[in-house]
Amino acid sequence: MIISEHKPFEEIRELLKDAEKIVLIGCGECATACKSGGEEELIAMTKKLEDINKQVLGFIVPETSCNYLLVRRDLRKIRDTLNEADAVLSFACGDGAQTVAKLTKIPVYPGNNTLFLGEVERIGKYSEACRTCGDCVLGSTGGICPVTRCSKSLLNGPCGGAKDGKCEVNPENDCAWILIYNKLKELGQLDKLTQIQEPKDFSKIAYPRNLNLRDKNGGGK
Amino acid sequence: MGFLQKALENGEFAVTAELAPPKGTDFSHALQCAELFSDRVHAINVTDFQSSSLKATSLAMCKALIDIGLEPVLQITGRDRNRIAIQGEMLSAGFFGVKNLLALTGDHPTVGDNPGAKPVYDLDSVGILQAATKLASGVDMGGNKLAGSPSFFLGASVTPEYDPMELQIVKMVKKIKAGAKFFQTQAVYDINTMEKFREMTKHLNTKILVGIIPLKSAGMAKFMNKNIPGINVPDNLIDRLKNSSDPVKEGIKIAGELIVELKNKKLCDGVHIMAIGAEENIPFILDEAGL
Repeated sequence: MIISEHKPFEEIRELLKDAEKIVLIGCGECATACKSGGEEELIAMTKKLEDINKQVLGFIVPETSCNYLLVRRDLRKIRDTLNEADAVLSFACGDGAQTVAKLTKIPVYPGNNTLFLGEVERIGKYSEACRTCGDCVLGSTGGICPVTRCSKSLLNGPCGGAKDGKCEVNPENDCAWILIYNKLKELGQLDKLTQIQEPKDFSKIAYPRNLNLRDKNGGGK
Repeated sequence: MGFLQKALENGEFAVTAELAPPKGTDFSHALQCAELFSDRVHAINVTDFQSSSLKATSLAMCKALIDIGLEPVLQITGRDRNRIAIQGEMLSAGFFGVKNLLALTGDHPTVGDNPGAKPVYDLDSVGILQAATKLASGVDMGGNKLAGSPSFFLGASVTPEYDPMELQIVKMVKKIKAGAKFFQTQAVYDINTMEKFREMTKHLNTKILVGIIPLKSAGMAKFMNKNIPGINVPDNLIDRLKNSSDPVKEGIKIAGELIVELKNKKLCDGVHIMAIGAEENIPFILDEAGL
C-alpha cells in the first residue's frame, strides 16, 4: 500500500492561488484506504475549498489513479467539466497525480504528500515496510526488512545506537536488528546472521526504473 | 608499522586518545591538546563528524597530526560518503601516511547539527572494512587496479553493554572477517561488564581497547545513563561524584582506577580515552592509571 496524507491546507491554497474552478480527483485504492483520497475526503475538501471561495466543479474517484488506461477512461467521462476547470487537485499518491497530469491539459496540483510503501496495521495506522530496493533480503532476515526498518539500512547487524531495544533516530521505533535477531532465533535460523552481506549494487536500481513484460523477448526488464 | 599496531602485537598495554577536529579553520587548540598527551599515547584517534556534527574532516586533522610527528587513527563512518568517497578518502590517507583506520557506522544525521542532511550509509562498518581490505590488495571495490595501494591497521567498534549481546558478537565476528584487527568499545564503567565481555570474546583473535570517558559530574553520569546507548554508570560511582567536592578530579580518579583494574585483571589489550572536550585532562587520567 502506498501511504499518503493531505498537504497542509495553506500549501494547497497557495498552489491554487491562480485557479478559481477546481476538479478534485482521488483514488479508489491506496489513497482511499489511508483516507487521503476517497470519496469521504473529497467531500470534506470540497467544503474547505468552498470556504475559501473556490468553485469545485466536481470530483471523481477513479478505481485506481495510477492506471493510465483506467484514468483515461474516467477522465473522458468528465471531459466537459475539465474543459471548464482552471486546475485539477489530485488526492492520489505522486504516481496517481502524474498519471492524471499526463492525461489533462490544465495544471494538476498535488493535494497529497506521498509518504511511504507500508502496511495498514489497521485503518488509520500505517507503517513503512518496503523501500523497493530491488534486491530483496527478507530471506535472510526473518521476513523483517533491515533496508527499511533500520534507519541506516544496515545489512550486517545493528549499530550501537539502540537504547532499550529502540532506535536512536526515533525512540518509538524498535531496532530492526533486534527484531530480526529475535525472529531468527524463533525460527531456529540464527546462523543466517553470520554471513556477511555484501554492499548493495545500486547500479541495478538507478531510477527511473521501468518494467516491460510485453517486449519481444517475452518479458524481463 | 605504526606505534599502535606494534604495541598491540607486542602485547604492550596500548593507549589511544580521542580528538575532534575543530568546528572551523582554527586547528590551534586541537593541536595544542594533541601535544599535551602526544608522548603518553600510542595513537590519537580522530573523529569523523562525531555525533553527526559538522567539523573539519578527520583526514585533515590526521594530516596536521602527522605533520607534527604524531600518529593518528583515521575514523571513517558510512554516514556521509558513498563508496567512491570512502575509498578516495582511504587513498588520500594512504598518501598522507595514515597507518590506522577505524570503521564506524556513524550516528544518524538527525541527531546532529545539520539534521536535514541526507544520510548515505552506502557501506556499513563491515563494508568500510571490506573496502580498506580490497584497496590494500591493489584494486578498488569495482575491481580496478590502483597505482599504489594503502595499507591500514584496521579497527572497529563494539558495545559490550548490549542486549542481546550475541548480536554484537555476531557483527564483531563479521568485522574481524572483513579485516578488523582491533576494537575499541563504547565507554565502560563497570568491571563486571568487561569480565563478561572478555569471556564471551576470548575465542576471537583480536585486540580490545576499552573505551574510557572520564565523568565530570553526577549529572553527566545520569544523563549518559539515560541518553547514551550502551552506557551504564553504576550507582556507587554516581554517589562518589555526588559526594565529592571536586567531581572533575573524582571522575579522573575513577577513570584511572578502572584502567588499573582492567590492566591488572588482563580484561583488555589497552584503553581508548574519550575526554569529549576535556582533552587537557587526559595526562591526569594517565597519571592516575600509572601509564
